[in-house]
Amino acid sequence: MAAAPPALRRLLLLFSLLLLASVAAAAEGEEEEEEFTEELLLRPLPDRKALAHFHFRSSAPPSAAAGRHHHVFPKAIAQLVQQFHISELELSFTQGRWNYEQWGGYDPMSTNYAKPPGVELWAAFDLPLDEIDATWKNLTHTLSGLFCASINFLESSTAFSAPRWGFKLNEGNLRYGALPREAVCTENLTPWLKLLPCRDKAGIASLLYRPSIYKGYYHSQKLKLTSSQSFGIIIDQTLTVVLQPDAFRGQQLHSTDGQLQPSWSMKDLFNRKLSGKCRVSKSSRVFLEIEKDIVDKSGTEASWTNELFVLSTAPDRVLKELNNMDAQSSSLYEYDVSNYNNDKPLDVGITWKLPLIWSCTPAPYHANRFLMGSGNERGSIALSFRSTNLHKQLFGSSNDCSIKAVVFQVVPWYVKVYYHSLQIFIDGNSKAISEVVDKIHVTPSEDKHLPGTLEMLLRLPCSMESATLSLDFDKGFLHIDEYPPDANQGFDIPSALVTFPEFNSNRSYPETDTLFVSPLLQTFKENGVVKSYTEVLLVPLTTPDFSMPYNVITFTCTVLALYFGSLLNALRRRIGEEERELKKAAVKRGLIPLLIAKLRGKKVDPPPQGSSPTSLLSTKLLLKVVFVAVVAVSFHYLSNS
Amino acid sequence: MAIRNFWSMAAAAVGFRLVLVLFGGDLHLASRPEVSTPLTSIRRLAEGYWLKQASMSPYSGSMYHGSPLLLLVLGPLTNKRSVGHHDHIYCSLIFVAVDFIAAMLIRATGRRLQIARNRNLKSLELTEAVSNSVNVSAGDIASLIYLWNPWAIVTCVGSCTSPIENLMVVIMIYGACSRLAPLAAFGYVMATHLSLYPAILIVPIILLLGYGPDAPPTKVFRIKSSSASKTDVSDNDKSSSSRDVQQFLWKPVFHFILWMLFWTFYVLLLSSIVLNKVGGLQEMFEKYFFAEVFDFFRSFFLIVFNMNIVFMVLPLAIRLKHRPCFLAFIYTAIVAILKSYPSVGDSALYLGLLGLFANELAEMQFTFFLFFGYIGVSLLSPVMHNLWIWRTVLVVESGFLPFNSFTEIYSLLGPGGSQHKRYR
Repeated sequence: MAAAPPALRRLLLLFSLLLLASVAAAAEGEEEEEEFTEELLLRPLPDRKALAHFHFRSSAPPSAAAGRHHHVFPKAIAQLVQQFHISELELSFTQGRWNYEQWGGYDPMSTNYAKPPGVELWAAFDLPLDEIDATWKNLTHTLSGLFCASINFLESSTAFSAPRWGFKLNEGNLRYGALPREAVCTENLTPWLKLLPCRDKAGIASLLYRPSIYKGYYHSQKLKLTSSQSFGIIIDQTLTVVLQPDAFRGQQLHSTDGQLQPSWSMKDLFNRKLSGKCRVSKSSRVFLEIEKDIVDKSGTEASWTNELFVLSTAPDRVLKELNNMDAQSSSLYEYDVSNYNNDKPLDVGITWKLPLIWSCTPAPYHANRFLMGSGNERGSIALSFRSTNLHKQLFGSSNDCSIKAVVFQVVPWYVKVYYHSLQIFIDGNSKAISEVVDKIHVTPSEDKHLPGTLEMLLRLPCSMESATLSLDFDKGFLHIDEYPPDANQGFDIPSALVTFPEFNSNRSYPETDTLFVSPLLQTFKENGVVKSYTEVLLVPLTTPDFSMPYNVITFTCTVLALYFGSLLNALRRRIGEEERELKKAAVKRGLIPLLIAKLRGKKVDPPPQGSSPTSLLSTKLLLKVVFVAVVAVSFHYLSNS
Repeated sequence: MAIRNFWSMAAAAVGFRLVLVLFGGDLHLASRPEVSTPLTSIRRLAEGYWLKQASMSPYSGSMYHGSPLLLLVLGPLTNKRSVGHHDHIYCSLIFVAVDFIAAMLIRATGRRLQIARNRNLKSLELTEAVSNSVNVSAGDIASLIYLWNPWAIVTCVGSCTSPIENLMVVIMIYGACSRLAPLAAFGYVMATHLSLYPAILIVPIILLLGYGPDAPPTKVFRIKSSSASKTDVSDNDKSSSSRDVQQFLWKPVFHFILWMLFWTFYVLLLSSIVLNKVGGLQEMFEKYFFAEVFDFFRSFFLIVFNMNIVFMVLPLAIRLKHRPCFLAFIYTAIVAILKSYPSVGDSALYLGLLGLFANELAEMQFTFFLFFGYIGVSLLSPVMHNLWIWRTVLVVESGFLPFNSFTEIYSLLGPGGSQHKRYR
């Protein structure tokens, strides 16, 4: 090859390129193509806010078919999956807390897209169990580079845990970590947008006007990745924001109790209108969801204009939830963005005709977590459940039943939990653990090595109004260089997750298009076990005081000096001999009187037996010196040889 | 001269403890770092027992650092809770009994020492010294000091395992004083197993078994016998006086070592049975025996404190080889001061042993100053604890809480020296 003339070489290269291109084209024709879809869901919330949920899905066929080349799918993610053998991964950046009482706790949105504040990362690997920890560590570093976040703090073994069933059932190949204090900002959004083929230049993502989305009450940006040999890699990128529509724009309606329900449109929420789809997207739709409670109240068949509200644009389609339990259910108004363009931009909005109060379906229990106790030594964590009487609505009012709840909690090692101190109070009465806890799995924390993990399956009686679990803990002490810059702020305990496995929030909508299933509605249909995250706890720990080491050293040294001095003195003092010496000293004259006597010219008697002890002393001294020298020489010789 | 109301006072002390345990409610003493250290806390023991019941190693989770045998004995009691009392009431009741037994053993030890002392003084023909001196029953005093010592009461009520450790040390000293090799070996092995520091007490134990209880130095007897031989030449008298000089007896020491091996084997066997399914003995050696010092300041603790204990073993043994009981007391005092997690339980032990030498220390100087200084420092230490965080105080406390015991040692050794003079 190297000997061939340059012209021939160029020809060969061209030929091979042509061949490759044709093979690739053939492969693409046969296999599924890489797909990209974009969707947006809007929903008015009962407390005068509006929810916007962006959903982007990119999928790539199994990597063997497409080789290493992608045209829509982000290459960085494909490489990540290949490198770390990820089977599932979910990374979320959240600012603010999902309000389960107002915004609902029993719909696909709250169970899938309500996330704990800060960063949450979990990943399941397709690897032998002993390689998983190392892979996780590499993965955290890669992700922290990809998303400009300090996910690399999850590398340390004190930051992640391996839940078995409390979080998600697995065979030990899942790792979970959370950084509750990570701040989320545009620097995290930009790399996330880079994974989209149109970024935020066109399509639904162009609505992401930074000042308006970061002004919201809740902001959760999530990346979910699933990969398997059969269907390739799928990434779902979602952004869920809860925004306050500008109340002074548009018409306002005053209800009897003074509550306002603002009318809003996309322009009010994002300061933008939607002018067409992203060209490479397979489908691009906007949904507006109206809660079941409103549909109930409107009475008539759901249409886009009724006596309660009117939508700004006529929808392309109306989807009603398939629900076998009652006739009325939530409805979706669907808009196809491909019908709109720059001249005719889409601006979906809702205008209320009547003041309206409605509520979202809550989770079976409101879970709250708080700290008890004071001081810097110990405290207790309490987890309280307040019944919302949902089971009565769903299953009738039988009172002998019980509801399962799974609690999953990770505590950092410096919160040393006494698991034996678990106490359960149901309606204020203390209950035996065995009555309520069906199954418990604890991984106790190890100092500076492992966080504590608690997985607990509770069986709460239906008739109960409230339950409280409490666990005592001692606060550990950190090394001086383990404190963060602002140590006085305290330390965060990541949110606990409460799952209600008997309640499923999935919603299925009739399939309108047999060829194409909307990924958003598909996620609504699958795995909707009701979950709720509790609050992040802030634990104040003792903060280092830099005068401390000084004090300690001073005290310790003083005390040790006293100890040594007194002990050594006591060891070598002989009281009887001292007295004898004293008597001798009384006879013997001191040196100075001797000198004075000499100066005066008086003759001094030589002390009796003076010479012989001195000569003895000198020979002894000489012997000692010789001995030391011999030892030194021999030591030197031995150490050198 | 025995104390008249000994039994009523002892019963009152036990009654006082029972009242505190049963009706005192939760005094929150267990949460004081002076009372229960991470190594002796019964709350941690309960956690270890819970983990073991959940078929996990009790040492997983760096909570429990105690012996597996304590888990076996005290663990089931931590589970039971009775309404209206504090959590570990059954353990506290056991500790009351343990304290009482320890006090009785101290009393018996004191009697043996007293008998030996009187015999020695008689053989030195210092009978008028015997009758002149105050000569109270040291055993009674020591056991009452132990029973009424606020530290011992606080330790007993405050649910920590130090009463059991103290009992083992007392058993060891009693066994050695009365030359019961199996008992001494049992106490030694158990005490070492429970806290490792009493290992250095092997020196006084062997001396006690070999030479018998405290006596004036052999030199004194020799001078006495030589002076006797000068004045009186009869062979009969000479042999009797030389018989008084104690020879080192190898037989009890040999027995002690055999029994020690036996008990060591037994304890290891029991521990391995306890830890059978959760890691076995290896777990115990890795996580318990050598995990006494936590990562923090590890080298600092090891060198400054623990090495100092070892340094002082030999010089003190040479200096005080004729007074093994006193030597044992000095060792316990040094351990109480320098151990890495000192508690008032250790102070209770050495203050209790201090009473055994009541006769010898009757002429101690500055007692008023020492006593009130000790009380003052003890009252200051909780203030220190509030001012600084616990771990810092730990370092400080290790010197500071029994701060006066330094001066105490000093003044104790002083009278010890003057004692020799008096015998002469």
